Amino acid sequence: MTQTTPIIEARALSIEYKFGRGWLNALHDVNLTIYPNEIHGLVGESGSGKSTLALALMRYMAGNARISGGTIVFDGVDITRTTPTEMRAIWGSKIALVPQDALASLNPSYTIGEQIAEIGRLHLSLDARTAWACGIDMLRRVKIADPEAVAARYPHQLSGGMQQRVTIAMALTTKPRLLILDEPTTALDVTTQAVIVDLFRELIRENDAAALYVSHDLGLIAQLCDRVTVLYGGEVMASASIENVFKHPIHPYTISLLASLPRPVNPTHGMETRLPTIEGVAPSLADRPKACVFAPRCPAAIAICHTEKPPLEQINAERTVRCHRWREIADCTLVIDTAPKLIEMSAPPEAGMVLDADHLEKTFGGESMFGRLTKRNGVHAVDDVSVHINRRSTLGLVGESGSGKTTLARLIVGLEATDDGNLHLLNAPLNAAVDARSRDELRQIQMIFQNPNDAMNPFMSVGETLARTLKRLSSQPMTTAQIDARVAELLESVRLPMDYAARYPTELSGGEKQRVAIARAFATTPALIVADEPTSALDVSVQSVILNLLKDLRGQHGTSYLFISHDLKAVAYLADWIAVMYLGEIVEEGTSEHVYTMPSHPYTEALISAIPVPDPTIKSKQIRLHGDPPSARNIPTGCRFHTRCPRKIGAICETDVPPYRDAGGEHFIRCHIPVEELARLQQDSPNPILDAQI
Amino acid sequence: MLLNQVLGVVRQLIRRPQSLIGSLMVIVFMLLAIFGSSLAPHRFDEIIRGAARLAPSADYPLGTDTLGRDVFSRILWGAREIILLPTITTFLSVAFGSAIGLLIGYYGGLLDNVVSRILDSLLAIPALVLALVMLGTIGPSPVGIIIVIVLLYTPIVARVVRSAALNVRSAGYIEAARLRGESTLFILFREILPSVLPALIVEASLRFSYAIFLTASLGFLGLGVQPPSPDWGRMVNEARGSFAQTPWALWAPSAAIALLIIGVNLLSDGLRRIFRYEGGLG
Amino acid sequence: MIRFLLRRLALLAITLLITSAVIFALTQLLPGDVARLILGREARPEAIAALREDLGLNNSVPQQYIDWLTGFVTGDWGRSFVSGNPLIRPLVMDRLGNSLRLAGFTLLISVPLSVFLGVISGLNENKFVDNAISIFTLSVVGLPEFVTGLVLINVFALGLGWFPASATAPADASLGDWIRQLILPAITATFVLMAYIVRMTRAGVIDELKKSYVRTATLKGLPRRTVIIKHVLRNALLPTITVVALSFGWLIGGLIVIENVFSYPGLGRLMTNAVERKDIPLMQAVVMVVIFFFAIANLLADVVYALLNPRIRLD
Repeated sequence: MTQTTPIIEARALSIEYKFGRGWLNALHDVNLTIYPNEIHGLVGESGSGKSTLALALMRYMAGNARISGGTIVFDGVDITRTTPTEMRAIWGSKIALVPQDALASLNPSYTIGEQIAEIGRLHLSLDARTAWACGIDMLRRVKIADPEAVAARYPHQLSGGMQQRVTIAMALTTKPRLLILDEPTTALDVTTQAVIVDLFRELIRENDAAALYVSHDLGLIAQLCDRVTVLYGGEVMASASIENVFKHPIHPYTISLLASLPRPVNPTHGMETRLPTIEGVAPSLADRPKACVFAPRCPAAIAICHTEKPPLEQINAERTVRCHRWREIADCTLVIDTAPKLIEMSAPPEAGMVLDADHLEKTFGGESMFGRLTKRNGVHAVDDVSVHINRRSTLGLVGESGSGKTTLARLIVGLEATDDGNLHLLNAPLNAAVDARSRDELRQIQMIFQNPNDAMNPFMSVGETLARTLKRLSSQPMTTAQIDARVAELLESVRLPMDYAARYPTELSGGEKQRVAIARAFATTPALIVADEPTSALDVSVQSVILNLLKDLRGQHGTSYLFISHDLKAVAYLADWIAVMYLGEIVEEGTSEHVYTMPSHPYTEALISAIPVPDPTIKSKQIRLHGDPPSARNIPTGCRFHTRCPRKIGAICETDVPPYRDAGGEHFIRCHIPVEELARLQQDSPNPILDAQI
Repeated sequence: MLLNQVLGVVRQLIRRPQSLIGSLMVIVFMLLAIFGSSLAPHRFDEIIRGAARLAPSADYPLGTDTLGRDVFSRILWGAREIILLPTITTFLSVAFGSAIGLLIGYYGGLLDNVVSRILDSLLAIPALVLALVMLGTIGPSPVGIIIVIVLLYTPIVARVVRSAALNVRSAGYIEAARLRGESTLFILFREILPSVLPALIVEASLRFSYAIFLTASLGFLGLGVQPPSPDWGRMVNEARGSFAQTPWALWAPSAAIALLIIGVNLLSDGLRRIFRYEGGLG
Repeated sequence: MIRFLLRRLALLAITLLITSAVIFALTQLLPGDVARLILGREARPEAIAALREDLGLNNSVPQQYIDWLTGFVTGDWGRSFVSGNPLIRPLVMDRLGNSLRLAGFTLLISVPLSVFLGVISGLNENKFVDNAISIFTLSVVGLPEFVTGLVLINVFALGLGWFPASATAPADASLGDWIRQLILPAITATFVLMAYIVRMTRAGVIDELKKSYVRTATLKGLPRRTVIIKHVLRNALLPTITVVALSFGWLIGGLIVIENVFSYPGLGRLMTNAVERKDIPLMQAVVMVVIFFFAIANLLADVVYALLNPRIRLD
């Protein structure tokens, strides 16, 4: 690379947090260089220090943090030595932040227009009227349809995607030289994320700005960035161009992380595949290894890795790496095995149904006295939905937030009572409400929850939690000794050490809590487990461990899953049957092969195309859904999807309810377009899920 | 687990000087409430001949009042009521309040709407006003004071517990309990109550402080424990008329009330800071 | 906005209805016969019977409640039990004016002062200033009114002679006299209110300072002063409105004690007098007036809060 001077260059930067009487190292010896017109990715798991680094580059730190070494040269000035007043002249004018949680980052008490205009008045010395006009202009540039109206609104009145547009409009007002984007799309749906990321790319290029894009999503980084820095345990592991990092990684952490990303693997008869995983847990701030921070989890670690910290080596002008063994990896004398493992299935598929849910209905708030008084429509969350789950099979349920997939899951486990419809468990009628279900029925359906942090009672130890479930649900009374033995067995099955029985939730990491939740769900070997986004709160490296675990346990016990996720790749990895939900309705279902290949429902097609592929050489097709999903209070007439459908064919979509067409092989699509026509329309587009080869 | 947490709280209280002082003061007053009357040199109603209006001395550490009663002894005797009554009322209002709060917080819906409205209406009557009306009609008595204050503070505790219960109602562990068929009672008291405890402890300490405040004020207004038994609030009121002759008879009970409330407030503030920093134990 | 207001007014009416029933029920607990209580032990049975008839005591309790409530709403507040049986309404109205003056003066001092201390305390969390303010509010300030009131009287009235020891506040007093009289009672009441308002304001400021929008404002390059005043306080002081309305209830209770300490002719003293004489109609009237004002204060706070908080929907 023959670029000129960098926009910002951090050299040997170290940051410490005050902890009790001492200081803990949050960032150690970090180098980071960003050149003009570059989008630089910063990847790391939680606790890696990526947000600390991103904000430190703006010289913004928590009250208990300090820079203990190194320099940050921005635009020729070492900003580790500037005064607060000097920093205020830089903030908002030369460096701007696009924050993670847009709603929380906007002041709830001022209008959008005022919050943008404030910047114009401060840095561009505009008068009130010009600043307001400038704000409206900025809103127009981030493609907000009615900028005058939006400027007069308050943050909470906008959708998540709109709020994020406002933050980018704010950041760009002064045409800053550097943008720091701190996980700005993490909270958004994948379809909205795709639109927002397109917008970022376009605006950053248009403004000749440089950007640091912080994310845990490797796919997003691959599709958006020019170069990437990988952070682990507060240190830079590797930094290189996107192509090098994704196609020729030389750091064991990068290699393992990429390999652990969930993806569908061609099914082999009688065999299951497991994702390669990174063992162990990312170190916390307080107990980072003294030598190589990654050594305890590294598949290639040798003696020196545990005794000596490797230096951050500059391989060439654009590539750095911190590893004792990178040369062996680079010249292929050391190969880290990343091939998915094939394992034999102990429990082959079996005929028969675990669950039949027919014509389920659920409306919230429509029936209450208050609802009737105010004449507000109820939220029709689930509308005449039928799902069937085979024995030893996994139904994957996908859709955007608000599609009703979580409500459907809660209706099936009985946490929410159905308004209408029938449930059958193992061919016997099942009571709708959980309180009315018998012990035998309860035993057969269990659930794994999304948020590991509140999945366990903070006042019960792991052992108590599992024992209580056994006591309540076992078919025969168990003695204390039997319960203890079973608890030990369960912990072993989720690969937790025996002594974890005495631990309390606060002493566990997120991944460990989720393993306990899985152990609890499997305690009495149910026929069906409903898993509601069980990996979405977890780090990438932990996600694959949990997915493998779910796969293993399914193989051992022949349990069926209803697996809900917004992550289509995770669903593809685990599910053999997939249903796609939109606004309370199933728009497509079939085997995962059928659903992920064409023809698809236009909504499924858009969902798949919105997934960022962790391979910079694949440019996926750009099918974007514009606008937000309509409210489930006012469901559109005709086809529910017509307001956003990129393949809308005409008035029929607005007026007539589309047919549920059979595309062959129990594959159904709810669309006015005939399946053959859909297949023709979609044939030439690459598939980001099936085509990605890493 | 629980023991460790209690120890942790105690350790944090000791570390902060203000909280340590407050805790010690509360302990001393508790001991006074229990043993005060047996330590007193005189009975509370003993009129010592020829000893009226004596300034503090070695024989009468806090002097005597216009009738010739030993102020020090009366304060020791009076400690029982001013501490015992608020302790009982705090205990009862916390018990009733948490039961009601847990129920309406967990069930929500119509039950919550109706009960909350009634609780809000009770709160719409200023505390001292309701106390005056009740004690004014049924006549002042310890039981009357207990009923009034419990009636006043139960809604406050219930509201605190309700909102805390609302927060955990949809937590995964509560739903997991429902999925293993636990009874409502088990869910309320074993699953929800522990996570509500931090808020409850802080609220209880606040209620205790306000209950002392209210009991003392009622005593001052003549609606406390009736003569001749000593009531700190009434002692202040009685000594006002003869302030010029026996200022000590006014200052001693005033100071006793002040010290007691300061002690409880310091302790309560300490608890508030601890549970705030912990972000709640749940 | 209209709908919001109507809904609030309906809630207010329900609250007043429930509270009035509670109060009426409580006064029914009075042991013994009201008529005998009024006429005395030696009264002849015929006289008692006549009075019972006259007072409507022979009607059912719900009927009595309805009669009393309609009477109250239409302005017929009945007569006091005390000698001469004066009409209650003018008596209460006269005293109400005095109490409102004292309450208003107190709020004028206490609200700005407490909010100021709370903000300072919150901005300097756990620093020296914060600790000093918290010790001050927890000890000096959180004491019963009769303790602080008597200390103030003894120091500033009897000792230094700066202010009068009792506050009689005749309506024709000059403004200076009037304020001189009100100052000690108002400070006493302020002390009690302060503890609560300071604590809640401090908590509000600390909460808001942790929010992400403060970081956004800082990273816009705004001066610290603008970040605090324009962004933080705009949100942190919103809940203080509700807190002030709630402490109005405290103030009413406080005034009952304070008016007794300072012999001030307000509603509080009227109330304690009524209680001493078991003057039920007077008691009911005073309590209903007090509750009405407390409810209005809460309603006002709700409306102001909703107007200033864009997150509250006004439709």
